[in-house]
Amino acid sequence: MFFFILRRLGQSLLVMAIVSAVSFSLFNFVGDPVNNMVGQDATREQRIEIRQQLGLDDPILSQYTRFLGNMVQGDFGLSYRIKRPVDDLILERLPATLELVFVSAVIALVVGITLGIYTGIRRGTWASRAILSVSLVGVSLPTFIIGIALIYLFAVHLRWLPSSGRSGTIDFGWWKTSLLTVDGWRAIILPAITLSLFQLTLILRLVRAEMLEVIQTDFIKFARARGLSERAVNFRHALRNTLVPVITIIGLNTGGLIAFSVITETVFQWPGTGLMFIQAVDFVDVPIMAAYLVFVALLFVVINLVVDILYFIVDPRIRLGG
Amino acid sequence: MQNTDKPMSRWQRFKDNDIVWSFFHSPGAVIAATIATVVILACIFAPLIAPFDPFDPAQISLWDGKLPPAWVDGGQPQYLLGTDNQGRDMLSTILYGGRLSILVGLAAVCLGMVLGVTLGVVSGYVGGVTDAVIMRIADVQLTIPGILLAILINGIGRVVLPLDMRDEFAVYVVVLAIGLTDWPQFARVTRGATLVEANKEYVQAARIIGLPGWLIMLRHILPNTLRPVLVIATIGLALAIIAEATLSFLGQGIPPTTPSLGTLIRVGNEYLFSGLWWITFFPAIALVVLVFAVNLLGDWMRDALNPKLR
Repeated sequence: MFFFILRRLGQSLLVMAIVSAVSFSLFNFVGDPVNNMVGQDATREQRIEIRQQLGLDDPILSQYTRFLGNMVQGDFGLSYRIKRPVDDLILERLPATLELVFVSAVIALVVGITLGIYTGIRRGTWASRAILSVSLVGVSLPTFIIGIALIYLFAVHLRWLPSSGRSGTIDFGWWKTSLLTVDGWRAIILPAITLSLFQLTLILRLVRAEMLEVIQTDFIKFARARGLSERAVNFRHALRNTLVPVITIIGLNTGGLIAFSVITETVFQWPGTGLMFIQAVDFVDVPIMAAYLVFVALLFVVINLVVDILYFIVDPRIRLGG
Repeated sequence: MQNTDKPMSRWQRFKDNDIVWSFFHSPGAVIAATIATVVILACIFAPLIAPFDPFDPAQISLWDGKLPPAWVDGGQPQYLLGTDNQGRDMLSTILYGGRLSILVGLAAVCLGMVLGVTLGVVSGYVGGVTDAVIMRIADVQLTIPGILLAILINGIGRVVLPLDMRDEFAVYVVVLAIGLTDWPQFARVTRGATLVEANKEYVQAARIIGLPGWLIMLRHILPNTLRPVLVIATIGLALAIIAEATLSFLGQGIPPTTPSLGTLIRVGNEYLFSGLWWITFFPAIALVVLVFAVNLLGDWMRDALNPKLR
């Protein structure tokens, strides 16, 4: 157990080292940092002075260690465009992204598992077939097209929900939440559905496949033979045994939700970290790009690590294979 | 093989091929292939089929702008699917845009495939440190979602280019960005297949007669690993087309001067609120149909090429 976690931890550190090297090289190869800090009309002397202040004349290795040191403390310098500390900007926008991801994860889980169980138990009914065909279409639909379609239907045509932005926020210190007001919920519902749809179809298909497999095993046949009710067999025995792989996939896909939030946030102009990243790429705001890259990689590494350890705890077979 | 078998015509051999047999015996695959072929051919031959040339300023008039499709009130019969904000015929623009989308998708998949298959075969055949390094890089890359990486590579690529060349080279940058993000899939599958093949007798025989390593990899192992690669390439094509459309939709990809489907949807999206739905709707439908057909084809191919499922 201990060595397993240690090895996983080592791999995670390696990933972070590579990602940080990439984001460090962004600073050096993409544009000239001095040009980004001073205006066009700065004199040569001023430029040289700033170069020295920033330590750009130091050997590359000591620059990298300094970058790593700052990175560990969450310091990525000032945004070129907005001239404010990058970590503040990310923290400011993080609640919006996390709430969006949370709501869509809940939608994907509840609807996905429910429909998955239904199509698994009642296979062959026309409703199951319809759900499965629709889910196949769902996989083929790019996220942004789903977003546009929802906006057109619910915001432009029916005028039920707002088409963009986040509203009805309430402050809790630095965390602004929109989950406590009706306006906030009205604003979050379309982007959350858009973001959840892909994961939903994935979970649906996975739960269905697992259910079909589990239902054929001996212990389910035995449970039936004992005369247990259909309900007890399906939910107490079958469902429980499908959940291990489902948990893994869900864990790993949380990262996917955050990645696709870039697209969803752009479609709905949702003021989260993803929209900030796209705007940063547009304006070549290197500090934000670098910080976002490290942030997302960290998120993924942590999620992977947690899922691996959870899996290790839940499934004894892996422990033996070690 | 040719010498030992009974002499067979090429057509006979083609017809008896198990993949071909399975193709003509699954209606889903035939339908998907038909749709995909029709869409792809229509796009490739866009200059011949399209009623207008959207890049010829002489054929565009702003007075004909924002016309609805022909069957809606106010539509004109020569513009079947209506016109966009600049007065370009939607049908022609979609055909030309689809052409670009398919080309970019194909080029990106080819790039990813060549890169991934090469690294995969080398990784599996050579083993040791080379294998460890290549696979570790693939692992690291797979932890970050493709679309995010593509946005990043694409962003860097654009910045590295001088301003006046950005639009001109945008297509190549997009191809590079998507190609560089999807190689790990190819590398993993090819490596797995190579590990299986490398221990077989014909490879050992080739090694014993003293063939150099690169020749064994190229002539003997590579052809035997291509079946799974074909499946990944088909599904990869659908993903690459989506990735290009997404990049272009986010304003990071193909510029509006030479629109792809994604760019068309992005431009049309701005007119959605004024009720000009057709400028977004038709390119979006074209994209979805294209991706769906390619996906179905990939699904069928996965089943047909997987002997376990037969």
